[in-house]
Amino acid sequence: MKHLLIAAGLTACLATGASAGVLDNVKQRGFLSCGSNTGLAGFGLPDDKGVWTGLDVEFCRAVAAAIFDDPTKVKFIPLTAKDRFTALQSGEVDVLARNGTWTQSREAELGLNFGGVNYYDGQGFMTRKKNNISSALELNGASVCVQQGTTTELNLSDFFRSNNMKYEGIAFATADEAIKAYDSGRCDAFTTDVSQLYAEKLKLVNPDDTIVLPEVISKEPLAPAVRQGDSQWFNIIRWTHYAMLNAEELGVTRANVDEKVKSPMPEVRRLLGVEGDFGKGMGLTKDWAYRIVKHVGNYGESFERTVGENSKLKIKRGLNNLWSKGGLQYAPPVR
Amino acid sequence: MAERTTPSFLRTEPSPVLPPPVFAGGAVKWVRENMLAGPGSALFTLVGLAFIVWATPGLVRHLILDAVWTSPDGVACRAPGAGACWSFIARKLEFFLYASYPRDMVWRVNLCLAMGAVLAVWLLWPGAARKGLGAALFFIVYPVAALVLLHGSEALGLPKAPTDLWGGIFLSMIVATVGIVFSLPGGVLLALGRRSRLPVVRFFATLFIEFVRGVPFITVLFMANTMLPLFVPASWSPDRLVRPLVGVSLFASAYMAEVVRAGLQAIPRGQTEGAMALGLSYWKMMRLIILPQALTVVIPGIVGIFIGLFKDTTLVAVVGIPDFLRTVETARLDPAWAGPTISTTGYLFAGAFYWVFCFGMSRYSLMMERRLAAGRKR
Repeated sequence: MKHLLIAAGLTACLATGASAGVLDNVKQRGFLSCGSNTGLAGFGLPDDKGVWTGLDVEFCRAVAAAIFDDPTKVKFIPLTAKDRFTALQSGEVDVLARNGTWTQSREAELGLNFGGVNYYDGQGFMTRKKNNISSALELNGASVCVQQGTTTELNLSDFFRSNNMKYEGIAFATADEAIKAYDSGRCDAFTTDVSQLYAEKLKLVNPDDTIVLPEVISKEPLAPAVRQGDSQWFNIIRWTHYAMLNAEELGVTRANVDEKVKSPMPEVRRLLGVEGDFGKGMGLTKDWAYRIVKHVGNYGESFERTVGENSKLKIKRGLNNLWSKGGLQYAPPVR
Repeated sequence: MAERTTPSFLRTEPSPVLPPPVFAGGAVKWVRENMLAGPGSALFTLVGLAFIVWATPGLVRHLILDAVWTSPDGVACRAPGAGACWSFIARKLEFFLYASYPRDMVWRVNLCLAMGAVLAVWLLWPGAARKGLGAALFFIVYPVAALVLLHGSEALGLPKAPTDLWGGIFLSMIVATVGIVFSLPGGVLLALGRRSRLPVVRFFATLFIEFVRGVPFITVLFMANTMLPLFVPASWSPDRLVRPLVGVSLFASAYMAEVVRAGLQAIPRGQTEGAMALGLSYWKMMRLIILPQALTVVIPGIVGIFIGLFKDTTLVAVVGIPDFLRTVETARLDPAWAGPTISTTGYLFAGAFYWVFCFGMSRYSLMMERRLAAGRKR
């Protein structure tokens, strides 16, 4: 509640001190200020050389590519879960791409706008293969390791109650302790968000002996957030994601984007700025989407590189597949 | 003259010195006095020995025998029964040292650290010559040189390395050094202010000290990095790294002030009166008579604050500044290295790092205390 009050106060301050648009500020400053995770494998994490990598990080690079034609013009500011929204409200960061869940209260009460969902997450389970379980509905009577004091615990209890199943919840203060307990055999299953499950699984002694069950028991749409009150900036954030999705749908990749410019297909020509001037309305150049694909790639490429098959996490596309392939990722057309 | 004859019953030589009883000297005495002085002490010794016997084999196995020393990635460390994964530390050492600092420019960081080390040894070595020159270099020339080197300067042909790329051990060192260097003079001034006879000076010094000591450090950091941008326009607000540095300095100064004040109060009134009788001015009196004595008395307190400050530097991670501990926390999340022993190895390394520095400071202060107290021991 205290957070909300502070945030409400901050919003009021900001509303009175309305200034030039965020895009103008970013252009004038020469770089994008991107609120990132302090460290989350696959989403935002510095590598051995200290270069930020991950799905959320690549999203910020895509925004920078669209504005500056240079994906390196981003300053990543690592934010903890506690101060992330304040940092966005205070203007310390231009966009918050930090695996934040899009919820009604965050939009309505904190005065934020969430752009396109760049990862559909949700709570899932993992269990040992030798238990011969293929669905979370077979977990009746199981002991489940869970991190304390999070919505994860609540979702767990809701799931078992609504399915009339019994379970023994064993709560731990940190995810590290919970996964250790699971590894030592104290519980049959471990639950957290699916994206996390894959990262935590790697910490096991034998990661291959454990499977992630297909059920997803909660909705956690992760999306980049911006402050309310600047529709132009909001459009840029939203359409950066949509451009990456459209590129994937139309088969435009980082490798073939220069050939695709010559493509006769009208949709491709509009997306890449050969026909029409669709960037203008957002304050960008007409080749904005071309820049994104050229420097970062389409959504599928980015996904596979950071969290999918080409990464250590090996998360399946699942809900994050294109709508035409059975997933939820659906982008409005550029026209 | 008749020669004196020695009566036969007198010895001509002193009798040979008998060795003391076995239990009154040497190792046996030490053991009896220190480890078996009474039933309680004996019990404690036994429990301690039992603990050592119980813990040592496991520790040696985990830390040395079963440890993984060379491995390109985390696969070997994940093997069942593998101990500490030292190859993880070796591979990530560069990241721990420099975090995101551009790798082609790290020579600048190394040069800074080397200069700092040389100057620090010069100042801290009791027998070193020309300390005045060393102090001038350390307190005036070095900060400017370090800033230019680390941040870069187009004029000198050094590309810019903005502070958001700074991190790791060298950043922890910067925060600690800035805090330590500013807190001592700041603390002395505040302590003098609090004991001043001028009411306005006394009021503000007291207000500052009590205010800062009454606020948690994290609040100061959070205020500086998250709230400040709300109140001042973006072009005015100082760099994201400078803000916590100022916070650390002010914070440590307030605590230092109270320690120094304790020292000032321990000096007998006669010293002040004697100095005044000699006709010394206030500042001369402080510099020549009072402060040298007062500061010697409170060396343990001062070093306690330094040690606390060194460890408190990890708090800057809360506002998104990647200090050494944060880089360890980040590195252990790397999926290429993920494994059951990675977190423990990382934290062991971090613990050892902080321990070495804090223990070093503590030993150094003990040595200085003995040297400075030599005049009062007789």
